[in-house]
Amino acid sequence: MEFLQYLFSGITSGAIYAVIAVGFSMLYSATDLINFAHGEFVMLGALCLVTMKAIGMPLPIAFLNAVLIVGLIGLIFERLAIRPVKRPQPIVLVIITVGASIFFRGMAMILWGKDTYSVPPFSDHPPIIISGAALLPQSLWILFIVLAVVACLYLFYQKTLTGKAMQACAISKKAAWLMGIPAKWMVSLSFLLSAAMGAVAGVIIAPITMCSYDMGTMLGLKGFCAAMLGGLGSLWGALLGGFLLGILEAMGVGFFSSSIKDAIAFLLLLFILYVRPGGIIGAVQAKRF
Amino acid sequence: MKKMSVKTLLLSAVLCFAISVLILPGAWAESTWKIGGIFAVTGPASFLGDPEKKSMEMIVETINKNGGIDGRPLEAVIYDTEADPTKAVMAVSKLINRDKVMAIIGPSTTPTSLAVIPGAQRAGIPLISCAAGNGITQPIKPWIFKTAQSDIHAVAAIYNHMKKMGHTKVGIITVSNAFGESGKEQLESQAPDFGITVVRAENFGAKDTDMTAQLTKIRGEKPDAIVCWGTNPGPAVVSRNARQLNIDIPLYQSHGVASPKFIDLAGEAAEGILLPTGKILVADLLPDDDPQKPVLKTYIRQFQEKYNSPVSGFGGYAYDGVRILADAIKGTGGDLAKIREKIESTRDHVGVSGTFNFSPEDHNGLDPSAFVMVRIENGTWKLVE
Repeated sequence: MEFLQYLFSGITSGAIYAVIAVGFSMLYSATDLINFAHGEFVMLGALCLVTMKAIGMPLPIAFLNAVLIVGLIGLIFERLAIRPVKRPQPIVLVIITVGASIFFRGMAMILWGKDTYSVPPFSDHPPIIISGAALLPQSLWILFIVLAVVACLYLFYQKTLTGKAMQACAISKKAAWLMGIPAKWMVSLSFLLSAAMGAVAGVIIAPITMCSYDMGTMLGLKGFCAAMLGGLGSLWGALLGGFLLGILEAMGVGFFSSSIKDAIAFLLLLFILYVRPGGIIGAVQAKRF
Repeated sequence: MKKMSVKTLLLSAVLCFAISVLILPGAWAESTWKIGGIFAVTGPASFLGDPEKKSMEMIVETINKNGGIDGRPLEAVIYDTEADPTKAVMAVSKLINRDKVMAIIGPSTTPTSLAVIPGAQRAGIPLISCAAGNGITQPIKPWIFKTAQSDIHAVAAIYNHMKKMGHTKVGIITVSNAFGESGKEQLESQAPDFGITVVRAENFGAKDTDMTAQLTKIRGEKPDAIVCWGTNPGPAVVSRNARQLNIDIPLYQSHGVASPKFIDLAGEAAEGILLPTGKILVADLLPDDDPQKPVLKTYIRQFQEKYNSPVSGFGGYAYDGVRILADAIKGTGGDLAKIREKIESTRDHVGVSGTFNFSPEDHNGLDPSAFVMVRIENGTWKLVE
C-alpha cells in the first residue's frame, strides 16, 4: 500500500517534470540553446490561468488562452532578446535566458503580486482508492494531458511538413537552409511551441501546487535535470527522465528521508552524467554536431 | 610616509571622538526620535513584512498626532530585507551607521533576526524582533527583545489541547527552514511533559508541491493526531494532501498559517483544522472581560480605516514593538542604556499579541495565554474551549 502511494505521488510529479523537460529538449534540439527561462513560462502559464479563471472564463477556454498567451510571449522573447544577438555564442544566449528569467519573475511579481493563488482541480471527483492508496483525479488529468501533448508533438514531427522541416533544422541548420527551409522561422516556431509546452505544464499543475510568481525556478531546474537525465534533444528521453526523477524522488522520501528529496534529483543527475554523459537515451544524438 | 600615517591616525581619532560626542546622550541635535524598521516587505515572507511595515507607519503616525514622545515626534526609517539574511545585516548596519537610529523594530523572520543580532549587540542598540523563533531571545541577549509569540507557547497550547482530547501519539511534519526546525525542536522536547510521544517526524521543502509520501509514512505509524509546522503555502498543500489521502485524525497547524490566506489556499481541506493563534483573528469572539479586547479593537479599526484591507495577526508584532519602545523612550532623553532597562522592566503592557511582562530572564514577556486554540469551520475561525 505504501509503495503504491509513493508510486502514485511519483508519477504525478514525474509527469510534471516530464512535460517541462520536453519543453527544454525541444528547444535544445532545434536551436542548441538551453533556455533557463523555461521555468518562468511554467509560472506564467499557471498565473495566466488564475487570471483567466478570475475573469470568469470556463476552464477549457482559459486553458487554451493561457497556453496561447505564453506561446506568444515565447515568440516575442525570441524576436526581441535572442534573434538580435550579433554573435550568438551559446554562453551569451544562455546568459540572456538567465536574465530573461529574472525579468519574467519580476514582471510577474508586479502584475500578480506576491500572493499565492489556488486553483480548483479540473474535476471535482473524490480521490480514487486503489488497494489503500489514493490516486488524485488531477493526477489522471495531468497524465492524460501530458501523454496527449507528447503524442501530438510526435505526430507533428513525423507526419507534417513543418514538423519535418523543424527536424531538418535540428539536424543541420545550414543544410536545411540550403534546401529552402526558412530556418529562422523554424527557430521562432520552436520557441513558441516550447513556451506553450511550459504553459501547459503550468496550467495542469496549478491545482496541485498552487501558484505564485516564484514557483518557476525550482520547477525549471527539476525539468532541466529530467531532460539531462533522459538525454537532451530526445523527446522520449525527456519523458523517461521526468518520470524516473519523479518516482525516484517519491521513493526516496518514502523509504529514506524527506530531507534529502532535492538531493536525490541532483545526485542522480551527477551519477547518470558520469556513467552516460549523453543521458539515458540521448547518447547518440548528443554527438550530433 | 610614516608621518602621514601618524597624521591620519590622529585625524581619525579626532573624528571618532567628534562622532562619539555627537551620538552621546543629550547631544542629539535632531528634533526627532529616529527609530529603524527592517521588515521582509517583499519576497517570500512579504505576508509578514508588509503588514508589519504598515502597522509601524500607522502607530508612528498616531503617536505623532498625539504630540510625540516628550514633545518630540518619532521618525521611522524602514528598509526591506526581502527575508534575506545578508540584506538584513546590511540594512542594520545602514540604520546604525548612516541613519543613526536609536532602536530597531524587526526583522520579520527568524533567520534574518538571528543574522542581525550580533550587529545590534555590538552596537548596543535595542532591537525588538517580530519573528517567532525561540533562539532569538534564548539565551538572553541584553539588547534583543521580541514581541511575536514564541514557538514554545504555541506548542504548549497545541499539546494542552491534545491532552484534553486524550491524544497520546502524534506524527509531525515540519518545513525544512528555521521556522520548521524550531517548531520541531519544541514539539519533540515538550512532548514528554504532556505525556505525548512523537511517533514520526517528517519534513518538507518550503516550495514542495506534494507531501503525500510523507503523510503516508506518518499514517503508517497510526498516530492520534498530526501536527504540521510551516508557513504558506506548504501547510495548505499538507492539508489538501491529508484530505485526499482520507486521513481522518485531527490535523493541527501552527500559528504560522493563522491568516485568512490559509483558508483561501487550502479551501475545503481547511475545514476542521485546529491551530493556535494570537487573539487578533478572533477579536470579535473574545469575552468582553478579556483585557486585550479594547487594544485589538482599536488596532483593527485603525488598520482597516487606513489601509482598507483586512488585518492579519502579523502586523501586531511591529505595532506592539513600537508602542513598547515609545513607552520606554519616555523620560530617558535618548539614553540607550536607560531605554533598554525600561523595555526590560515593562510590566502588564497589554498589546495586540498578548500581555507583556518583560524581565531580565524573559525578553519575550508572553506566556501561553497569548494563544487561543481555534478550529476552522465553514471557512472561518471558531474559538475552541
